[in-house]
Amino acid sequence: MFWNREMETIRPDELADLQLKRLKWSLAQAQKVGLYQRKLKDASVSPDDIRTLDDVEKLPFTYKKELQAGYPFGLFAVPLKEIVRIHTTSGTTGKPTVVGYTRQDLDNWSELIARNMMMIGLSEDDVFQNAVNYGLFTGGLGFHYGAEKIGMTVIPSATGNTRRQIEMIEDFGVTAIHCTPSYALHLAEVAESMGKTLDTLKTGIFGAEPWSESMRAELERRLGVKAYDSYGLSEMYGPGVAFECPERDGLHIWHDSYLVEIIDPESGERLAPGERGELVITPLVKNALPLVRYRTGDVTRLMDDGCVCGRGQKIERITGRSDDMLVIRGINVFPSQIEHVLRALPEVGGQFIVYIDRVKHLDEMTIEVEMSRAGFSGELQDLARMQKKISGELHNTLGLRTAVKLVEPGTLPRFEGKAKRVIDRRGAI
Amino acid sequence: MEKSYIVKQISIFSENRPGRLAAIAGALRDAGINIFAFSIAEADGFGVVRALVDRPEDAYQTLTELGFRVSFTDVIGVKMRDEPGGLSEIASILGDAGINIEYAYAYSGKDAAVLILRVDLVEDAVRQILARGGELLKASLSR
Repeated sequence: MFWNREMETIRPDELADLQLKRLKWSLAQAQKVGLYQRKLKDASVSPDDIRTLDDVEKLPFTYKKELQAGYPFGLFAVPLKEIVRIHTTSGTTGKPTVVGYTRQDLDNWSELIARNMMMIGLSEDDVFQNAVNYGLFTGGLGFHYGAEKIGMTVIPSATGNTRRQIEMIEDFGVTAIHCTPSYALHLAEVAESMGKTLDTLKTGIFGAEPWSESMRAELERRLGVKAYDSYGLSEMYGPGVAFECPERDGLHIWHDSYLVEIIDPESGERLAPGERGELVITPLVKNALPLVRYRTGDVTRLMDDGCVCGRGQKIERITGRSDDMLVIRGINVFPSQIEHVLRALPEVGGQFIVYIDRVKHLDEMTIEVEMSRAGFSGELQDLARMQKKISGELHNTLGLRTAVKLVEPGTLPRFEGKAKRVIDRRGAI
Repeated sequence: MEKSYIVKQISIFSENRPGRLAAIAGALRDAGINIFAFSIAEADGFGVVRALVDRPEDAYQTLTELGFRVSFTDVIGVKMRDEPGGLSEIASILGDAGINIEYAYAYSGKDAAVLILRVDLVEDAVRQILARGGELLKASLSR
């Protein structure tokens, strides 16, 4: 099903024309912002130099720290009276980033969410529980308005009170849920402990943090849903930048609204098609907060095979962030890799915390994992063997020796929003 | 026949940090379950608490509901003379029969000392001990 078939399946030549036209508009919008007047001047480019889509490479990158430096409203291209909504990012790294929306922006945004939902077969017949933070986090209101737009029955349950969430799923006959994958796992755990099977639930939309294919399998098995990956970031409105279609082989970028590039995060050079690198996005329809070549920090690649659904460009599922990439003894490690290894082992649960310390100038990684119900035979030697197996598997995948600590079930923190699974204690010295 | 002497020990996974044994023991106290004997085996950062209790099924359920990982292990309890040579007698029976002891712990009760044994060939161990005049705890002592 399509919300906007014309735009979702636009012909490549027509798309290129539209993208170029919108890129020029977006640059003109950016020129209303002091930061971009300076940046374009420093780079000796003017909007007139952009004659083809490839000319976007002449433009300078925009970094998150520049948005933070503009705190609070320094990057808005319209006066505050035209801004009808403010969101901020979670602020896990430094000052929060403030994002603003005009009325047109909110329309654009809910249109993209509506496309996502229709793409996976959701309609006005569905009952939708939106179990994410409803405050400044974009995932709450973003999905809320998109879901209302297609006429779904929306339950703005937000996060917290997990038992009540489960009762609502059951009592209201919820068919689709949106939450973070880690919260979904927590929901599954609590539902199981309550003896609830959540039979009405068919569709799970999970986003805001990277999650692995093994986590998908686990969520589908335990919640009885088909699980879809949702990608977005507050700087690009929020969720709705890219989304999986029923094929679930890559996420379709909404090509009429976002121009994407993949670059080498070190050199800034554009990478060849299909290579994995940092995703850089230039939004094409943003009014309040136009951005130019925004460095998302997310690692992915462009997939060049077409899709049977008829929609356009896909990106691979995000494998990590170039900035939450850990460098341990010189080896790059993404927490998602650790998660993938652990989830494939039936002896342990999905919950883990990674600690990184520096001991005598050497990085040491310690991983605490929860024992699963299946994992305990009662014999000490089996536990020791399991510990060895886990660190062996991690060593195979990461190329690093790790200390594995088995902990009692239910003792590691659960997360309702973005999971914080890495605690780096190496400090500055 | 041998089966009636195989006793269910409960084994509980526990992190090695203050208060864990208190949590386990407190849960059993609240459920009115008596502990005959127990031991702690310790490894890197965690351990296994092993216990013989009067109501193993109830203990299993109580602890599992509290989130502990619990399993049953088959052990035997051999009565020993509480005097020099008591342990030697029993260990010799098993050694002569080629039965390996994986771990053991003991308690000294009102009428005898009891050696609790986890062995590799549990039914053989029962037969050998009975054949050589040893006395075993009945599984029915714990229900």
